[in-house]
Amino acid sequence: MVKVTIDGIEIEVEEGTTILNAARQVGGDIVPPAMCYYSKLEGSGGKCRTCLVEVAAGSERDPRPMPKLMVSCSTQVQHGMVVKNLTSDRVKEARAGVTEFLLANHPLDCPVCDQAGECHLQDLGFENGKEGTRFEEDKRTFAPRDIGDKIKLHMNRCILCYRCVYTANQLTNKRVHGVLNRGDHAEISTYIEKALDNEFIGNVIDVCPVGALTDKTFRFKSRVWFLKPMNAHRDCPTCQGIATVWMFGNEIQRVTGRKDAYGEIETHNGKTAWLCNTCRFESKDVAQWTIEGPRVINRHSVISQGHYVLKNPLEDKNTVKNLK
Amino acid sequence: MGRKLLLEHADVPGIETFDVYRKHGGYRSVEKALKTMSPEEVVEEVKTATLKGRGGAGFPAGMKWSFIAKPEGVPRYLLCNADESEPGTFKDRYLMQYIPHLLIEGMIVSSYALGANQAYIYIRGEYMFVLRIVEKAIAEAYEKGFLGKNILGSGFDLDLSIAPGGGAYICGEETALIESLEGKRGNPRMKPPFPAVQGLWQCPTVVNNVETLATVVPIINMTAAEYTKIGTEQSKGTKLISAGGNVERGGVYEIELGLSVEEFIYGDEWCRGIKNGKKMKALVPGGSSVPILPAHLITTTANGDTRLMSYESLSDGGFASGSMLGSGGFIVFDEDQCIVRNTWNFARFYAHESCGQCSPCREGTGWMEKVLHRIETGRGNMRDIDLLADINKKIEGNTICPLGDAAAWPVAAAIRHFREEFEWHVTNPEEAVKRNYGMLKGVTA
Repeated sequence: MVKVTIDGIEIEVEEGTTILNAARQVGGDIVPPAMCYYSKLEGSGGKCRTCLVEVAAGSERDPRPMPKLMVSCSTQVQHGMVVKNLTSDRVKEARAGVTEFLLANHPLDCPVCDQAGECHLQDLGFENGKEGTRFEEDKRTFAPRDIGDKIKLHMNRCILCYRCVYTANQLTNKRVHGVLNRGDHAEISTYIEKALDNEFIGNVIDVCPVGALTDKTFRFKSRVWFLKPMNAHRDCPTCQGIATVWMFGNEIQRVTGRKDAYGEIETHNGKTAWLCNTCRFESKDVAQWTIEGPRVINRHSVISQGHYVLKNPLEDKNTVKNLK
Repeated sequence: MGRKLLLEHADVPGIETFDVYRKHGGYRSVEKALKTMSPEEVVEEVKTATLKGRGGAGFPAGMKWSFIAKPEGVPRYLLCNADESEPGTFKDRYLMQYIPHLLIEGMIVSSYALGANQAYIYIRGEYMFVLRIVEKAIAEAYEKGFLGKNILGSGFDLDLSIAPGGGAYICGEETALIESLEGKRGNPRMKPPFPAVQGLWQCPTVVNNVETLATVVPIINMTAAEYTKIGTEQSKGTKLISAGGNVERGGVYEIELGLSVEEFIYGDEWCRGIKNGKKMKALVPGGSSVPILPAHLITTTANGDTRLMSYESLSDGGFASGSMLGSGGFIVFDEDQCIVRNTWNFARFYAHESCGQCSPCREGTGWMEKVLHRIETGRGNMRDIDLLADINKKIEGNTICPLGDAAAWPVAAAIRHFREEFEWHVTNPEEAVKRNYGMLKGVTA
């Protein structure tokens, strides 16, 4: 066990834990945001740079501070390490910068985006973004590509977290999509027009932090905050069949995996409860599911009431409370 | 006349063939190292010579070698980084094109020192004609028994292969190079683990620049003690400089480190001054990614010392008034050149070459390119200049690999030293467009 201090909170974690996972064990506001890291996907992380933290002391043996900001998702803790996240102005500035970069070419089409309400980029922008934009150029756009009848790809919204690439690599037997091109023209695509049709490929929708990959069977049906999320399960020969069904009245409008506070699919019976396509896309009848009860959504969603409250309402006059 | 260690015989006709090269003292270092020295002694020799990596970062090569992990039963690899694509740098091409055997000789000695039995030359895809030359030289070396099994009866085996890249600048970053060599997309890896522990196919790997590996040859031949007599206190030996831009006589020169910058630009033996008798305006001393220097900081440093061609003198004053020796891509600008246009050109290169993996670099380089293009074509605002400086700050140090820094530094330095020129572009948009000296063809505002 090694001892690490994050924003003044001391915690003992196992050796080899990353700073981000140590912070997640503490929980609460000191957890750095992560747009690309996904603990259930091997090799993910390090790309979005939103989880940058300041390491004020490297370890007990070598207490020198690390000169650069470190990515908390892939930096392992050392005994005696002192990490500054919210308490560091450098981190706040860098994170605001990354948020600005991620939003620079983002179309900001939340009003017509199915992900709105449970979008990590919305959360990130809300928590770390600035009010205005300094980006005056034409936004980068991509030609639309059809990747099948179940999954909709909106490349303009993509932040290139690579999660869907890792998902396809690790869950399916053959990946048919990937990243093409370089720089700000890199895009997620299938090289030859091809449909993503593997039995587990639907999980790319669940791992996508933004609205780049959405469910075609739910497209434009409703807004997520109008739906009631319910825990449900069914007997499925392919997957564990453990899901959240999103209901409007008595109708199931969409099925997703059960996601935890960080938007990651939960582990059940020792395995990540990835959903198969049959459960996700073709089981929209209430009779197919055993409904367990309402699902508590505790983060990353407007569905969890009271989440969108400014951190310090007294400072900002533009909150609903002060407007009257 | 400076001493030449690498390019001594570069002018000899037929030096690219094994026989001529051998006649001029070629492969002596292989004989010396394999027959009389242990691998540790070779590493120690290079360490003593304080050979700094010639690829740009200047990391001590001997130190890099001593970091290599040596687990039992795991192969080690030596990779030669011949993916030279930095704008302004063309020294490795020259070396491989004219004396390919020097690189092969250096790689044999280095592989012996590292205990690597397989080495690769990762060569830039655009250098296809150079690849043919090196390939031929490798075949010759195999034929003469300097590559393959049991080299010179010493029991040391080495296979040397050559692999062309696909033309991506990012594959010159060592971990991206390894990814590319493994057949994957050339995205830089997260470090740690460093290649010395987990590199090619997760095995310990050392990646060195062409010139670094070639320099091992004279170090072994003349011993480190002799070698360190050349150069300045912190920069030993010689360095290849590829001079370009508005100089009278550009090309690849081998200089002793410590030559004064003034001598190099104006000396008869070197660049012979600025073309057409013009005045010098700025200098990029080490390839496009190092900070640009304005005229008053080129021949002297900020505190009045003579500026020398050495690692420490060129970076004297930090980024505020200094630059870096980098890879030795020496670009001179005369008074007619537009710094804004040049900065935009560099920014465009980095925006095009960013791998797109991490967000600050992917979005930041593209954004900077667009803003600079606007300023250059007379559509800029005063606030854009501060915006550029701010974008720089947000990219620098926050990316996976140094490409983000390399993209940010030239822009930051150009604004630092030539701010009035940026402002002039904003306040005189029409003149700014006209001042492009006929280079405007094809650019629409």
